[in-house]
Amino acid sequence: MATQVERTGSATVSPMGLWSRLKYDRNWLGFWFMVPAGAFLILFLTYPLGLGIWLSVTDTRIGRDGVYIGLENFEWLNKDPVFWLSVFNTFLYTTVASVIKFGLGLYLAILLNNQMPFKAMIRAVVLLPFIVPTVLSAIAFWWIYDTQFSIISWSLIELGLITENINFLGDPNNARASVIAANIWRGIPFVAITLLAGLQTIPQSLYEAATIDGASRWQMFRFVTFPMLTPIIAVVMTFSVLFTFTDFQLIYAMTRGGPVNATHLMATLSYQRAIMGGNLGEGAAISTAMIPFLLAAILFSWFGLQRRKWQQGESDD
Amino acid sequence: MTGIRKKDVSRRSVLKTTTVLAAGAALGGAGTLLDHATAFAAESPFKPEKGASLRMLRWNRFVETEDIQFDKSIAAFQKATGIKVRLDKEFIDDIQPKAAVAANVGAGPDIIWGPMAIPHLIPDKLLDVTDVADYLGGKYGGWYDAPAAYGIRDGNWMALPLCVSGNYINYRVKAVQDAGFEKFPDTTAGLMELSKKLKANGLPGGMALGRATGDGNAWCHWLVWSHGGKLVDKDGNVTINSAETQAALEYIRELYEYWIPGTASWNDSNNNKIFLSGELGYTNNGISIYAAAVRQGMDIAKDIDHAFYPIGPIGKPTELQLPFMIEAFKYTKYPNACKLLMSYLMEANQYDAWLEASVGYFTQTLKAYEANTVWTEDPKRRVFKEASTRTLDMGYAGSLGYAAAGALADFVVVDMVSQAATGQTSPKEAMETAQRRAERYYRV
Repeated sequence: MATQVERTGSATVSPMGLWSRLKYDRNWLGFWFMVPAGAFLILFLTYPLGLGIWLSVTDTRIGRDGVYIGLENFEWLNKDPVFWLSVFNTFLYTTVASVIKFGLGLYLAILLNNQMPFKAMIRAVVLLPFIVPTVLSAIAFWWIYDTQFSIISWSLIELGLITENINFLGDPNNARASVIAANIWRGIPFVAITLLAGLQTIPQSLYEAATIDGASRWQMFRFVTFPMLTPIIAVVMTFSVLFTFTDFQLIYAMTRGGPVNATHLMATLSYQRAIMGGNLGEGAAISTAMIPFLLAAILFSWFGLQRRKWQQGESDD
Repeated sequence: MTGIRKKDVSRRSVLKTTTVLAAGAALGGAGTLLDHATAFAAESPFKPEKGASLRMLRWNRFVETEDIQFDKSIAAFQKATGIKVRLDKEFIDDIQPKAAVAANVGAGPDIIWGPMAIPHLIPDKLLDVTDVADYLGGKYGGWYDAPAAYGIRDGNWMALPLCVSGNYINYRVKAVQDAGFEKFPDTTAGLMELSKKLKANGLPGGMALGRATGDGNAWCHWLVWSHGGKLVDKDGNVTINSAETQAALEYIRELYEYWIPGTASWNDSNNNKIFLSGELGYTNNGISIYAAAVRQGMDIAKDIDHAFYPIGPIGKPTELQLPFMIEAFKYTKYPNACKLLMSYLMEANQYDAWLEASVGYFTQTLKAYEANTVWTEDPKRRVFKEASTRTLDMGYAGSLGYAAAGALADFVVVDMVSQAATGQTSPKEAMETAQRRAERYYRV
């Protein structure tokens, strides 16, 4: 009896029960506020990623659970010339497209940053390729590159510059160049508009100071604009590289990875093997093989952003 | 004045009468279909569950009239049986991934009508329909072997071949005659001669060497088989790296010289466009090019005809025709309703009208339907009638299964032919690559 009284007494006296602690404690409260976001990340990012990695070490097929087979999928891929070709294609695609997108995007951003009539409208128009659904623009490009009905071939023939239609998507190197061109067309607006936003955050006073110091236009770009733009360039290019590296729609709608795998990217090969071919394990292994490259791209920009000197445009010492 | 008015009135009354007549005809038409469906439901050995409703996924039409007739049949089925059917239609290439996902997660459409590879990719997930197959086979003269093989595993039926989409040579009659041929050549040697002449006459042929799931697989397999090459022997050992395949690849290397440029990038639709634009002497395709030309009243329709694939050195037909399979999932809550619908679609009242409406694009898989008038009313459709009997199956000479489906989906044979034809690699290298890739699928 006495003990009971004591117990109840102590319970009421205690300023914070477990429940109220969970309800009012600042640390716990913080935790609760993070739960929805955390759950979201776990459900939609961590779980699929984990599942993908798990599948890549099994021999799962569509409609049949697999068993753990260690690194066999990767060992096989290592000996598979088609896989290595897709790795090569992915790197070529990403490197060439990203560099050109950056160059042209920056150029376009600087142009658009000038005072000009119909500024807002022109900026909106520039965004168009980015707004059009990728599949639609891919189909438009597919027609542009058609072996018989290509408007490019037709125009050049009419101009008397060539005599035969260009074999855009039938020749391995032409096909690579064609899909890269389509990707560049689609990716430039993202780079240009984001860099334009960056350009507009650069204080005008810096340019005034530079003018007083007698800087030429090139020097202004090299020593004011470019350094001030570096952080945003890092972010934009990280995203651009990630988008390009994981591109799927353009290729799938235009070539399906043909001719003879010349335009297969890792993403399209993964889809072909996993979903069309039914080999989920191997397909997952191909997409898992993309992770290290993507991580490297992210880390590069992450550490870049951490560097104060880089942010401030000074060279590292 | 009165004259005009009279005229007016009479026109109106005529209009009225015709409308009523048309409405009557429509009702009568629907009525007969409905009557048949009602009678069928009463007699059918498959008794649907109470309150059943079904979701069916089919591929998007290539021939409009077929699609309309299919919808009518489904509508009559719903009325007669009270089973609600939700019919979804998607692009053909999306059906297989959807089926794969449905099988893996155990939810989705109850019935799928789609490409041939699905049943053998997910055999354990499909409803056993042996009773439906036996019932239909018994009633309609039996199934043709080749399409049936795609639905049978270990002696049990897991899917029914609803039809075969015939894929044959489409050619320009006059161009072939101008080249000195009475009809399209029936040997591979003749095809080489013809191609040479057609190129010289400025109307070359060409077949898809890109990622053409239907056309590319169809003719590339024909080519290899016609020379005696095969991906696997009957025990499932990969045997593509062989003297026979080499002969086939050397043949295509020469033939390719006489083709229209650009075939390496063609998918399933390129040859349709180019043929209809009048720039192609021959290609391989379903009847859809001709059907489109007829529907649009194009002049070219008169000059189009179809032919069997030429016979190669081994001396017998070696075609790969593409069946379309209809299957139900084990997870369905209404297996009997599924069976009822599957059998209903293949009963004479529905099937005959539907086959007729598909204007030769589909070939029957049950022997009794050979008598359908679709094959007699237009002689240009005649070759398509044989699609179910002249074909080997995609696993030839081995068995159908995961491996065969995987190798086909990964374009192992198409890539090999394309590599050799375009001269990207030597025939020898192309065969070795194909051998390695196929071994991956056929490993034990």
